Amino acid sequence: MHVVVCVKQIPDPAVPASLRPDTHTLDRSGKLMMDDSDSYGVEMALQLAGNVDGSEVTLVSMAPSGEISGLRTALAMGATNAILVSDDALAGSDALSTAKVLAAAMRRAGPDLVIAATESTDGYTGTLPVQLAELLGMPSVTFAKRVSTDGTTLEVERQTEDGYDEVRCPLPAVVTVTAGVVEPRYPSFKGIMAAKSKPVDVLSLADLGLDASEVGRAGAREEIADVVDAATRGAGEMVVDEGDGAQRIVAFLEQLKVV
Amino acid sequence: MDRVWVLAESGDNGLTPLTLELLSQARTLASKVEAVAWGTGTASLAATLGEYGASRVYDVGDLGGALPGAPVAAAMAALVAGGERPDAVLLPASYDGRDVAGRLSVKLDRPLLTNVTGLAAHDGSLLTEHLVFGGSKIVHARFTGDGPGIFVVRAKSFAAEPAGAGSAEVVAAPAGDVGATGTAKIVQRHAEEASGPKLDEAAVVVSGGRGLGSAESYALIEELARLLHGAAGASRAIVDAGWVPYSHQVGQTGKTVKPTLYVACGISGATQHLVGMKGSRNIVAVNKDPEAPIFSVADLGIVGDVHKVLPALIEALKSR
Ligand SMILES: Cc1cc2nc3c(=O)[nH]c(=O)nc-3n(C[C@H](O)[C@H](O)[C@H](O)COP(=O)(O)OP(=O)(O)OC[C@H]3O[C@@H](n4cnc5c(N)ncnc54)[C@H](O)[C@@H]3O)c2cc1C
Ligand SMILES: Nc1ncnc2c1ncn2[C@@H]1O[C@H](COP(=O)(O)O)[C@@H](O)[C@H]1O
Repeated sequence: MHVVVCVKQIPDPAVPASLRPDTHTLDRSGKLMMDDSDSYGVEMALQLAGNVDGSEVTLVSMAPSGEISGLRTALAMGATNAILVSDDALAGSDALSTAKVLAAAMRRAGPDLVIAATESTDGYTGTLPVQLAELLGMPSVTFAKRVSTDGTTLEVERQTEDGYDEVRCPLPAVVTVTAGVVEPRYPSFKGIMAAKSKPVDVLSLADLGLDASEVGRAGAREEIADVVDAATRGAGEMVVDEGDGAQRIVAFLEQLKVV
Repeated sequence: MDRVWVLAESGDNGLTPLTLELLSQARTLASKVEAVAWGTGTASLAATLGEYGASRVYDVGDLGGALPGAPVAAAMAALVAGGERPDAVLLPASYDGRDVAGRLSVKLDRPLLTNVTGLAAHDGSLLTEHLVFGGSKIVHARFTGDGPGIFVVRAKSFAAEPAGAGSAEVVAAPAGDVGATGTAKIVQRHAEEASGPKLDEAAVVVSGGRGLGSAESYALIEELARLLHGAAGASRAIVDAGWVPYSHQVGQTGKTVKPTLYVACGISGATQHLVGMKGSRNIVAVNKDPEAPIFSVADLGIVGDVHKVLPALIEALKSR
């Protein structure tokens, strides 16, 4: 079974994000790392591949400036190889363009199972994996909280408004996983060393046979009009509990007529 | 704008609140509002759809257990190909709504705007509003290419108000063969027992976070919610830890709530949490760290230990 995992490489979320003043898009000029949300997908892929003989795990990412540090992290966790699409013409791509690029890269890999996160930490549009499935002509199951497969059929527990659904579909398919589905492993020292020599295919748009006019800022067909400050919510009263905290809350609730 | 479509989602209790919100807002944007629905009960929804302003509902019909994303998007794309052309499509930011939106965007080859929290007509096009950086900034965006624009809208962005019109006309709009894309089937549904009001409809929400220390302590949150006739919510930290089901999660990747009163207990107030509850009318926070960001949005902040404050509060409320 060939499992392909989407790995988005993003700026460190611990560093306050900023918008580029010229384009109002997120500033991605600094060093990038693997989106934490995708570490669950990588772990899931490794576990599922481990259950089906002769499986391999390929990572696919689109990122600026040939960035591969996030991919190295996922390779160190145990993935077999990686494909990176990097091209200056991709700057400003929206979710649909990104999906077209990733789909083209995936067609080369010939996946049986595609795993992505439910949504990314920095963009959180949450639609890309389904767009990818449509482009690849595959079924998709989003919001998986449990996944299993025998290499032919995919079985998923999918979150719903008031519980979960058991969903089944034949492979090839796309599945998106939520945080907490599995516990991502830490790369071992051996894994980190091995990752250095694992193959990473770096592809340009031309390699994928895509035209610059359909992707990047040219293909986005949407624009940010402006960015304004939201009304701030002033902080109210703060009280240190001296045994009277509960009473203060009760008085506040009375004032609101909640009690 | 002439014509706006709304993806109408329904459950056991009829149309979802978010669907009613979208229909209400769609009325302010276009002279004609039409809905797209699926399932076996569309005819029974026609009255409510009409009441909220839809003149027509396209009924994709029974999906035979298939997940809605592929067939419903295919039915919508077929309508567009057949000459029914909306200027905009509004979809709920729900599990199925996002699936339909993603597939529709590929089928129509149109980009989409997600996490929309506001939508207004401006110079002949629609200007969206998105909250970024934990709700501290608002981004306004618009489509620049050919329509229809696809908008995925978050709950509680608009008020649901009936317009009082008559029943919507039901028009069959079957999906046709969607091939492999339609092969994901629901084989069994599991519903969790729920008591009290729903999280996104409750007037009072009491939420707990990692500061509770253990899954067992979540009982304090449930007890307090019950006493206040509210719903129990949670931060993602304790959902990921498996203390409570995901359906309780408030925030960017969970529910947006706007109750009269939100009580945050042992929650730090990360931006992704704040964006889901900042719109609450009144906020009370209990946290032992006076520097916790949650206090910056609290009307009443109690710097204290949840294991002292909550039991005392529960006692005080019980003895009233
Ligand atoms: C892409 C993405 C999406 C996310 N979406 C969401 C989302 O939808 N919702 C969400 O909530 N989070 C979300 N998060 C996670 C978010 O960033 C935080 O990690 C999370 O909200 C923290 O939860 P917490 O406040 O319970 O835990 P912590 O941040 O660990 O805070 C615990 C708090 O409890 C206090 N405390 C400890 N002991 C006590 C005590 N005895 N009494 C009183 N107070 C005590 C501490 O001072 C601390 O402030 C998301 C993150 C990412 C990356
Ligand atoms: N540039 C990218 N490279 C690889 N995977 C991506 C990329 N963008 C999005 N994805 C995948 O799609 C998921 C949803 O992304 P988003 O639509 O940004 O919320 C992410 O969590 C990733 O798994």
